[in-house]
Amino acid sequence: MSTGLTTGATGARRRRGRYLLRRLGQSAIVLGIVLLLQFTLIHLAPGDIADVIAGDVQSDDPEFIIQLRRDLGLDQPLPIQFAFYVGRLLTLDLGTSHAFNMPVLTLILDRLPATLLLMFSAIALAFVAGAALGTIAAAFRGRWPDVLVTISALLFYATPVFLVGIGLILIFTVWLRWLPMSGMYVTWVQHTWWSLAVDIARHLIMPAVSLSLFFVAIYTRLMRATMLEVLSQDYVRTAWAKGLSPSRVVLRHAARNALLPMVTMLGLQVGSLLGGAVLVETVFGWPGIGRLAFEAVFRRDVPLVLGILFFSSVLVLMVNLLVDLLYTRLDPRIVLR
Amino acid sequence: MAEFIGRLFRSPSAVIGLFILLAVAAIAVAAPLLYPAGPWAMVGQPMQWPGQVAGLPLGTDALGRDIMAGIFHGARISLLIGLAATAAALCIGVAVGAVAGFFGGWVDDVLMRITDAFQTIPPFILAIVIVVIVNPSVSTIILAIAAISWPAIARLVRAEFLRLREMDFVASCRLIGMGNTRIILTQILPNALPPIIVTASILTATAILTEAGLSFLGLGDPNVISWGTMIGMGRSDFRAAWYLVAIPGMAVVLTVLALNLLGDGLNDALNTRLHRRK
Repeated sequence: MSTGLTTGATGARRRRGRYLLRRLGQSAIVLGIVLLLQFTLIHLAPGDIADVIAGDVQSDDPEFIIQLRRDLGLDQPLPIQFAFYVGRLLTLDLGTSHAFNMPVLTLILDRLPATLLLMFSAIALAFVAGAALGTIAAAFRGRWPDVLVTISALLFYATPVFLVGIGLILIFTVWLRWLPMSGMYVTWVQHTWWSLAVDIARHLIMPAVSLSLFFVAIYTRLMRATMLEVLSQDYVRTAWAKGLSPSRVVLRHAARNALLPMVTMLGLQVGSLLGGAVLVETVFGWPGIGRLAFEAVFRRDVPLVLGILFFSSVLVLMVNLLVDLLYTRLDPRIVLR
Repeated sequence: MAEFIGRLFRSPSAVIGLFILLAVAAIAVAAPLLYPAGPWAMVGQPMQWPGQVAGLPLGTDALGRDIMAGIFHGARISLLIGLAATAAALCIGVAVGAVAGFFGGWVDDVLMRITDAFQTIPPFILAIVIVVIVNPSVSTIILAIAAISWPAIARLVRAEFLRLREMDFVASCRLIGMGNTRIILTQILPNALPPIIVTASILTATAILTEAGLSFLGLGDPNVISWGTMIGMGRSDFRAAWYLVAIPGMAVVLTVLALNLLGDGLNDALNTRLHRRK
């Protein structure tokens, strides 16, 4: 019996290892295709880097541009150029932003913490609010709390994030004067550690709420559907039959199991969360990657835009891998293939 | 078909959704008749609140343009981009999904890895990059939105094809010597249509939201006014005149809401299995 258990455990570990390798391989292939796609996009752009640089130094000397093309490897055949491109990206050389005159990677890493803070707050808020609202709706199926939650979810789903942002600013900054309108913290006062944290939190509330509402809608609908499914299962009926209180049945027995599909959803949403961050950070002047993307777009800074595209794709790939692994830990019944 | 329409009209969400959509379609059609001068024409004093001036029920913007005219003409752009982008996404997605699901094997592997790649890139950021690189115009915006929307359709169609290709009726088609193309187009695809239709209505809603987001960032076609453009232009004056943002915002929300309601209604009406269980 005990030997059987041991082999089972090693087998599971070996399976997990094989699974991880396979997922890594798949991610590498996907990353390769993403790179190919980006490379194609660069070549769709009118003119090339040489034209841009020549424009920056205000030179229209054809000799200079030809020399520049040769130096940049732009006279090589496309497959070789692609190989150089991949090589540069793999060594994390994302090029130089000509609007900021700084390495793209430095710019992105500078702005990353603000975006991660915003995304994490928004998704945590969406997860908690969605789980709560979905549970309430399912528990009161067909009655007024359910109707109210369902209608709100539909509205949240249909409202553009930037509209939510502008509405919040109008109410809480212009009319009530409760919250600061933009930025991440007040720069003109000397901050202690604690006052800085409070200040950032106050600046974070509106952007995080704006970004989360769309996802609150998604999680609410998912949670409601899963809860209805779970509540109709036999073990829940057993719990009722044992005479447990409604809150205990709904929260302890049903809701815990309904949370699993929500975790899968987390991984799927990172990409659209990043897209929403562009709009939210633009509205609130939040100094993250999204705002950087807007500035890059505004100044037609193609290397910076492409760097952000590449970086955010890698971020999505990593989060998806992480969620997959987390998921197998949460539910041991899942068989890895 | 008659049964399906009957079921659709019994769903309140579908009826409300259809009603709003018909209204939006009507104002899109009526725009050039009622406002032949177009949305750019300056018709009065700037910054007139809704109801302040007779004949300008929704007021004017910072340049004295009629907001009602903007809403009417904006409906044309928003609907055009939403529908065209969805149609393009359907063409790509159905082709990729059908081929991947029907043939399986390495074809499926290759097509699905490409789909994965498109789903890995954050969709809105990809749309931004495409529009920036190819320059904003109605057709590049349609192209960009189609490029980010097709993977959802491809996955759905592939799943349906994987399921349907094992069915007896497909085997009997093979037996009588039907070609692959004919089986895909005339036998499997019609059976896979219901979920595709539902997804298409949701995708149109998302496309309208994406267009609004792009225009809000200043990446709209500079030659046309969409609802997103109006929100973006009103943004700098929203403290004093919030109606500049709220009115086009309401138009977007109502249209997107209607498409989602219609999608829900279609889903219930087309899902006969669920229907019988009720």
